[in-house]
Amino acid sequence: MIVMLHSVGIVGYGSCVPKYRIKVEEIARVWGEEAERIKKGLGVSEKSVPDVDEDSATLAVEASRNALAMAKIDPQKIGAVYIGSESHPYAVKPTASIVAEAIGATPDLTAADLEFACKAGTAAIQICMGMAGAGMIRYGLAVGADTSQGRPGDALEYTASAGAAAFIIGSEKSEFVAEIEDTYSFTTDTPDFWRRQHAEFPSHGGRFTGAPAYFRHIMGATQGLFEKTDTRASDYDYFVFHQPNGKFPLEAAKKMGIDTEKLKAGLFTPVIGNTYSAASPIGLAGVLDIAAPGQRILVTSFGSGAGSDSFSIAVKEGIIAKREAYEGWKLADYIAHKEYVDYGVYVKHRRKLKSL
Amino acid sequence: MVFMRKVAIVGVGMSKFGEEWTRGYRDMLIEAGGRALADCNLHGEEIDGIYVGTMAPGSLVGQEHIGALVADFMGLNPVPATRVEAACASGGVALRTGYLAVASGAHDCVVVGGVEKMTDTPGNEVTSALGGAGDQEWELFMGATFPAIYALMARRHMLEYGTTEEQMASVAVKNHLNASKNKFAHFQNEITIEMVLKSKAVASPLKLFDCSPITDGAAAVVLMPLEKAKKYAQMPIEIIASAQASDALALHSRESMTSLRATKVAAKKAFETANLAPKDIDVVEVHDCFTIAEIMAIEDLGFFEKGKGGAATQEGKTALNSEISVNTSGGLKGCGHPVGATGVKQAVEIAWQLRGQAEARQVKDAKIGMTHNVGGSGATAVVHIFKRAE
Repeated sequence: MIVMLHSVGIVGYGSCVPKYRIKVEEIARVWGEEAERIKKGLGVSEKSVPDVDEDSATLAVEASRNALAMAKIDPQKIGAVYIGSESHPYAVKPTASIVAEAIGATPDLTAADLEFACKAGTAAIQICMGMAGAGMIRYGLAVGADTSQGRPGDALEYTASAGAAAFIIGSEKSEFVAEIEDTYSFTTDTPDFWRRQHAEFPSHGGRFTGAPAYFRHIMGATQGLFEKTDTRASDYDYFVFHQPNGKFPLEAAKKMGIDTEKLKAGLFTPVIGNTYSAASPIGLAGVLDIAAPGQRILVTSFGSGAGSDSFSIAVKEGIIAKREAYEGWKLADYIAHKEYVDYGVYVKHRRKLKSL
Repeated sequence: MVFMRKVAIVGVGMSKFGEEWTRGYRDMLIEAGGRALADCNLHGEEIDGIYVGTMAPGSLVGQEHIGALVADFMGLNPVPATRVEAACASGGVALRTGYLAVASGAHDCVVVGGVEKMTDTPGNEVTSALGGAGDQEWELFMGATFPAIYALMARRHMLEYGTTEEQMASVAVKNHLNASKNKFAHFQNEITIEMVLKSKAVASPLKLFDCSPITDGAAAVVLMPLEKAKKYAQMPIEIIASAQASDALALHSRESMTSLRATKVAAKKAFETANLAPKDIDVVEVHDCFTIAEIMAIEDLGFFEKGKGGAATQEGKTALNSEISVNTSGGLKGCGHPVGATGVKQAVEIAWQLRGQAEARQVKDAKIGMTHNVGGSGATAVVHIFKRAE
């Protein structure tokens, strides 16, 4: 059990989604599948596609710059950078050092890459919470970023997309846009989805990724947080769950008796796909863009393998001024700014063309 | 036939069929076996033989030497334990093997189990493992998976007899309805004709809801000589006929694509042995791995004229407490099809029916029951007839 001794919160956040999109229809056309059935089955209509020169590092840098622009802090005061991803550009050589350098936080800081399938981004938030809460650092930067992989023709190909979200975590209450009131994690050894060393694409256990993996952990962490904080669904205005597709989060909510309307504001997979480590962080960023001071958000991530991190987040007065002063792109701008590509261009962008 | 002893089922049990993520191969067989022993208050020392039907544990869970595994984990060492394999008819053939062992006098108390753990394995690997039930060289290597083989049979049945996709769908609808009344069934939900027709094509004309599911499960029965059975069971169920027949492994080598000769031969022999006719059967569990398979089965077993099985199903003649109650357990389609367990589960269901313990799906005053279990696309068929012992 994680214990919270000192208050910590978000002092700025930012997101980033590549501008390219591919529609489910286009992928289904190539593989001879029925697009309507897939769209209905997954609750996804299109997904983001990174450009040829975009990767988890560039997406993380852009989201982090947006977070800095909102937080209006000196990057030199960032004492830790943690990047959660399952598509770090290098197997050995950190993404975190690239991001730290690019935002001007070097050299007086610690930095590292994290991996826990789709929940490495929220793991980064928890580490920063611990360090900021302990007074080890003034600010910590936690990022979830991915250009996720899906084997051509696999069901994953309809959803595996790209994006990033960054959060600057601090412990000075007056700076909070939102306070992270508590966190609870639920972790087991459940091999539902994995990618071995040197494997280009992940493998998954099909239906095993559902009930024993996603649902058990999302519900285990969420209910664990309810218990730990003595709260219930009615105490929260918004829920953000990891969103591998458009259906699972709503189904999990229904199983827990949560009003699914409370998930809609933070559900972006239907229009940008599953951004893996960025999925629940992007959902949180989207909700913070519209939430009012005094409102409460419950976020639960899920990473295969498997674990979930749940957070109780209270929106603070400080969010109003920071949102108004922020001139960069918000999540809604990234989502609206799009250009469709066909499967051929998508294959080029994702480097799936073997003879190149 | 030489003199043989009469044989009765004294105890039955099964595990909950379904997508059982938290139960392994041995957990399920122990659960089913334990329930069968508890059903007739046996502690184990009376048991002198074990037969277990299982099709592909080597491919599906990496375990062979199943006889020893069962004896060990049931706590029954050093009782001899033998694995029986006949593809999807493994359970039915195991039951027949146990029956012969008791009837012959070689054994006095035999446990027959059937088990398969399928959902730990990716779908394509399950399809490939099940493909081993056909002719690997002439069917599988050429791309004919089981849905494809049964789709060919369905197409031919449609051409020869005017059977329709709606008629096939009505098999699935009826079996789901029955399954919804069976707490051990994989599926507990009712479906509609429209849902079947709109489901995704697997191998046209067969759609997803025309196919039995990939299921985990186990079932077990305890057999004894009839004269001893009354001591252990309030209502022993006598096996009054056990018949088995073989046919060509590959569909293209058979005389018909719309009828299983092995089923017809085994059924004829079973009816002769029991001195009964199809009209005497009150309840039957048939092998509906695909909806077309149930239509062919009720024709080949003699319940309906060849070519009329589809229409009869659509008209409700095979529904619970109608002309002939077919697949009250939900069949392979609704109750699920853990291949090795299916043939034994059929006997468990018939025993419950004849004892009057089938709850909401009870066939009124059921006295005579039958099971029909098929291996592959019809290369093995095994038929049993049961009655309440007087």
